[in-house]
Amino acid sequence: MIDINKIVPEQMKTDLPKFNSGDHIRVQVRVIEGDKERLQSFEGDVISIRGSGLNKTFTVRKMSSGVGVERIFPFNSPKIAKVEVLKEGDVRRAKLFYLRNLSGKAARIKNKKV
Amino acid sequence: MSGIIGKKLGMSNIFGQDGEIIPVTIIQAGPCNVVNIRTKEKDGYEALQLSFGERKEKHTSKPFAGQFKNSGLKPAKFLKEFRNFNLDDYKIGDTIGAEFFVVGEKIKVRGRNKGKGFQGVMKRHNFGGVGGTTHGQSDRLRAPGSIGASSYPSRVFKGQRMAGRMGYENVTIAGLKVVKVIPEQNLIFVKGAVPGAVNTILELIKK
Repeated sequence: MIDINKIVPEQMKTDLPKFNSGDHIRVQVRVIEGDKERLQSFEGDVISIRGSGLNKTFTVRKMSSGVGVERIFPFNSPKIAKVEVLKEGDVRRAKLFYLRNLSGKAARIKNKKV
Repeated sequence: MSGIIGKKLGMSNIFGQDGEIIPVTIIQAGPCNVVNIRTKEKDGYEALQLSFGERKEKHTSKPFAGQFKNSGLKPAKFLKEFRNFNLDDYKIGDTIGAEFFVVGEKIKVRGRNKGKGFQGVMKRHNFGGVGGTTHGQSDRLRAPGSIGASSYPSRVFKGQRMAGRMGYENVTIAGLKVVKVIPEQNLIFVKGAVPGAVNTILELIKK
């Protein structure tokens, strides 16, 4: 098997900050409207990071007017302009899918003690 | 129909210009050496005989090694002939690699697909199965159904599609777009899938 990450290193992103499952982040996505480009932000909790290399993705979950919204971003996508880590969460597992079944106060994530 | 020999290395995905994800197959395209040139006068047709890969001396039969005698090249693993080359541009001993392809062009890829073994009619010929488990019927969900009538023709027509060995056939996929070419490593990326497992030998054919 060949390692595609070594063949096309220019496709890999290196400027994203480090974040983990449970962190509260804001993702700035490039959106093209007509011929104009603007940034759209998506703010929520990271509930999953999967894959490696060019296939790596992360899932961000937020509550939008009472409805849970999840968005999956490819880590190395050129459409991601910026990622800001707003809060670091203290969680015990890597995949936080259990949050989907919780609501209100129970769906909160503890802040990491520094 | 000019083309070269390649090897399937695997699949992955890369990002396009607008950030869209393109599923790609990574193919090692060449390097192929020109071993012989078939000419109209001598052979009745025009073609280039290309070689690919390496072969150990102890695995080389004398007749196979004879193919390489004129060129002075070492016996390679694979030999294939390709027509529709402009023969004036090539001489024996030349090397053709991934630079043979241009980004954006559409190519054909031919190779042996994966062997599936003995398969039933639903997988092999896309039959629908008989279906239904009522009226006391059972074990018929994946069955072929009737294979002919009784009084006429009271035999089974030749070519009737039935269960049997599937796969490991030559398959050509046309219209695959070349997304990326890396001439230094002799790699090309084509959009979509190509026949066979990893390490399958492929014919990469230009239109």
